[in-house]
Order: sequence, then structure tokens, then C-alpha cells
Amino acid sequence: MISATQTDDTPTSTQATFTASELLTVVSCRLLQGKRRVFAGIGLPTLAVALAQKSSSPDIEQVYESGVCGAHPPRLPETIADASLATGAEAILTMPVLFGYVLQGGWIDVGFLGAAQIDRFGSLNTSVIGPWEEPIVRLPGSGGAVEVMSNSHEVFVVLRRHNRTSFVNELDFCTSPSLRAARLAAPKVPTRGLGVSTVITDLGVLTADDTGELCLSSVHEGVTVEQVQAATGWPLKLMDQITVTKAPTAEELRLLREDIDPTRVYLR
Amino acid sequence: MTSKEATLHDAIAEFVVDGDVVALEGFTHLIPFAAGHEIIRQHKRELTLVRMTPDIIADQLVGAGCVSKLIFAFMGNSSVGSLYAVRRAIEAGSGSPIEIEEYSHYGLLARYQAGASGIPFMPIRSYAGSALADINPNIKKIPSPFDDESEIYVVPPLNPDVAIIHAQRADRSGNIQSWGILGPQQEVAFAARKTIAIVEEIVDDDVIRSDPNRTIVPGFVVDAVVESKYGAHPSFAQGYYDRDNDFYRSWSAISRDPEALKQWIQEWIHDTEEHAGYLEKLGKGYFEPLTPLPHMSTPVNYGSVR
Repeated sequence: MISATQTDDTPTSTQATFTASELLTVVSCRLLQGKRRVFAGIGLPTLAVALAQKSSSPDIEQVYESGVCGAHPPRLPETIADASLATGAEAILTMPVLFGYVLQGGWIDVGFLGAAQIDRFGSLNTSVIGPWEEPIVRLPGSGGAVEVMSNSHEVFVVLRRHNRTSFVNELDFCTSPSLRAARLAAPKVPTRGLGVSTVITDLGVLTADDTGELCLSSVHEGVTVEQVQAATGWPLKLMDQITVTKAPTAEELRLLREDIDPTRVYLR
Repeated sequence: MTSKEATLHDAIAEFVVDGDVVALEGFTHLIPFAAGHEIIRQHKRELTLVRMTPDIIADQLVGAGCVSKLIFAFMGNSSVGSLYAVRRAIEAGSGSPIEIEEYSHYGLLARYQAGASGIPFMPIRSYAGSALADINPNIKKIPSPFDDESEIYVVPPLNPDVAIIHAQRADRSGNIQSWGILGPQQEVAFAARKTIAIVEEIVDDDVIRSDPNRTIVPGFVVDAVVESKYGAHPSFAQGYYDRDNDFYRSWSAISRDPEALKQWIQEWIHDTEEHAGYLEKLGKGYFEPLTPLPHMSTPVNYGSVR
């Protein structure tokens, strides 16, 4: 067994219990430190940004696909186009401005995406399981994911379940290509940013190396490196130093549970 | 200007023809549900439905057999479920009763923009390496006419036969005012050959003219304007009523079972007389808990002659 480096200061045995959603939110929030403008949908990314605003990154801004910027919702939004996002927002942009000027103009530092499948360089499938023409399961499709991938300076992917169904050697359908896949397919088409830099899962965190390959950089408490490798559908490379995720602090959990999502809309 | 006011029945009967390419737009906000229901009520057939984000209304139209082709970018019932009627159709593969044409959000929006602008294509910074370009011949890569070094993906114009949008208010000439999340309504209205606008209320000209910057679509683009209060239910109209999230949550159970879906369409659409009948069936007081508290904008000063 490859032993993980324990970087956590606090003894693990005395920590408060927390759910997988809370852990993923807190880990995502910490990774947002130093980032300025985040493009994120509803769900865990929204919670992560809200937590960052209340803790480590008070100046961080969230842009929604519905065109809302600087939202100050009186209640947690249920969709990216919730009425509460619009009321009291700093700006609501039209769609050509949002996609054309904000995304394509390069204003987004971090784009958050989810996916049904991810490959070793961070290409994402949100379209279909099985062949496109004869689908086994039809998924929602791109939405704005292709644009977020092409235009953000880096992309964080949150996947609640790290397993071989999601972490595949070959995607059934490449909806949103990694930077590497984009350059290989169309080298003369302009690209921006790093593509997927970080993947946050229920087992740990993968980080892209210099070539864009996703490598294991940290594991959550109680998770072994071998366990993550076994749950990954390609030979998962390891970063030189693999840390153990620092558990959510009592204050982080309090903010999430009492201030941000008291009715547990997303903290399922 | 002449009045373009029409009833929902007449607007759909006159402007939506079997076989048409019909765009129903609204990005979660202001989805023209009442118009979609009226299309079902009038048994329109062989429609190509264009919608950036097919949601429950697409599930209902497909479930009712109105649709032969779906042009889209994201299909789903936000975070609470799936569109089972649409999925049943598509997952039938080669036996599917509907054809699909798939884009990303900006790809389809750019098609509306090209269509509205009368230009042969619109370039966007997407699709390099995406399999969407493999399965959709409308996504093409071209060289830059200005240098030898770069290429870009383009999409062609889309000019629907009819665009149907919902908004908060309009005058009788069809000057449409909307606020909150705006979606692709302006782009699709300009791109379409005919535009039907359904509004929460038709107001006097003075109201519209008190705030001309609020007009997203000028009357000359609109062919029919229909007053239909709560016509976006179960979606929402900013300042008028909130999203009926309970209905969205309940949809999966209906849509998953073809018999339940058929029954729902019969009961809530065919057995109700126009949108008024649907509202009557929802019952008095239904919208009370969905009505938001007022949050008024500060009026701006446009100035006037001395």
C-alpha cells in the first residue's frame, strides 16, 4: 500500500461527522481560494461559492448561465433561473452578452461542470450512454457545458460517485472536450485556459499535471490510494505528494448547515 | 398602430400549421406553457419543436404526439427529474418517432442570432474536439478569411416558422416588455417568420412608453399578442408568480408511466377549455402561496420637453 501523507493538523478521531455532500462542498470551497469569478450551476457548486464568500474568499463572484451576476438571493435558488436570483441582483445579462462577451470574452476564471463520464484528460460526456444513434440512456446534453469548457480559464468537475462507470478509459460520447482533445482535433481553432484542472469526488481530488492528465492528488479520510485507482477506469497516475483531505471544520459545517442551506435543499 | 390582440385559441389556430418549425422559448423563466397546451388541444402534428432547454412542455408536446423533430441543447427537468416521454422516444433508437438535432446552448442561440441578422453563419468559440460536430452536419469548421493560421466553428441561421414567447406585459400593438431572466426571446422573435407573444397583462400604451428600454421586442416583429394570466405556469413570471416547484417535482411520476401521461394530458389539456379552464381546474387561491411580495424598481427619469 502506498501510504498517504497526513497533512491534517487535527486528530481525525475527534472530528465532527459530516455527509459526503458537505465534504465535497467544503473541498470545492477551499480549492476556490484566490479565484475571482466563477461560473456555476445550481447544487454543490453554488454552496461552495456561498461558503467561500462567507469564509475564505469574500470577494469571489458567481455568474449564472441565466445571465444573473452578483446575485443576492433571499433564499437558496432551486434552479439557475430562479426568481430569487433575479430580485436584487447586480446585473442580469442577455444571453448573447452572457455567452458572447462574458464566456467567450474570457471573463470566467473557474467554470464548474458535472458529467456522467469523464476521461483521463478531462473530456466530459453529458449526452448519452451507448451510441448517440441508439442510446441506452439519453442524458440531458451539453447545455452550456461546451462553452464553459472552451472559454473558462480552468474547469472544476464535481462528481458525487467515483467509480468505473464514471471514470472511463473511453467516453461513449465526447460532449465537452478537454483542452488536449480540442487541440488534437482542431489545432487551428483558438482555445483558452487549462481545461479541467481539478476533479472533486467522493473519494478524493484529481489534479491535472503539466500534460493535462488527471492524477490523484489527495484522498479523503479513510480512503486508500488503491481504492481510488481501482475505482478509476484508466491507470490512474499519482502526484508526487498525496495528501489526506483536511476534514471540514466545525465553523465550515456551521455556516453550511445554519446559514447557507438550513433546509438542506442541496446538502442531500 | 392596429391592434394585434388575439385569443390564445385564434393565435395558435392561425399561426401554427402542421409541419411547421415552432420555437417555444423561455430559459426556465417565462416558458409559454399555455401556448404549448393550446397546440396540444388543437392536435397540431408533425411539428419541429425548437427549444434550447426542452423541459416539461417538450415532454407534454412529445407525449401528445405533436412533435416529429426536436432541435435542442439541453433536455431535462432541472435538477428534479427526467423527461420520460422524450427519452422513451429517443431511446427507441432507429424506431424513434422523433428525430433529434443537438447543439450546445450557444450553438443554438447563435443559430437564432444568425437567423435574426440575416447572415449565412455565425462563428463561435466552441466545438473543437466535440462529438457534437460529428453528429450534427450544421456544425462546421471554416478557415478564417483574415489569416492562414486560424479556424473557427460556425452554425447556420435558424428561422423558425413561428416563435412563441411569454412576457410580463405588452401594449395592443405588440410592444413586448420583460424583466428578470430574459432567455433567448428577443433573438428568436427576430429570427422567426411569425411571432406570437403571450403576456400576463395587456397594458395601455402609456405604461409601455413610460419605460421604452424595457421593451425587448418591438411591435413590428410581433404578429399576435395574447393576454393570458398565469400562462407560464408551472414556470414563473418575475414579479407576478413564482415557479411551481411542487409541480416540477411531481412530473417524473406522471411522465414515467405512459398511461399516466396520457391521462394527465386528457384531464388537464383536452378536458379543459383553453387556459381559463386549466386555471379553473387548478382552483381558486392556487397562486396565493406562489405570489411574491412586491419589490419595486426605482423609476428612471427619461426627461421631457420644457
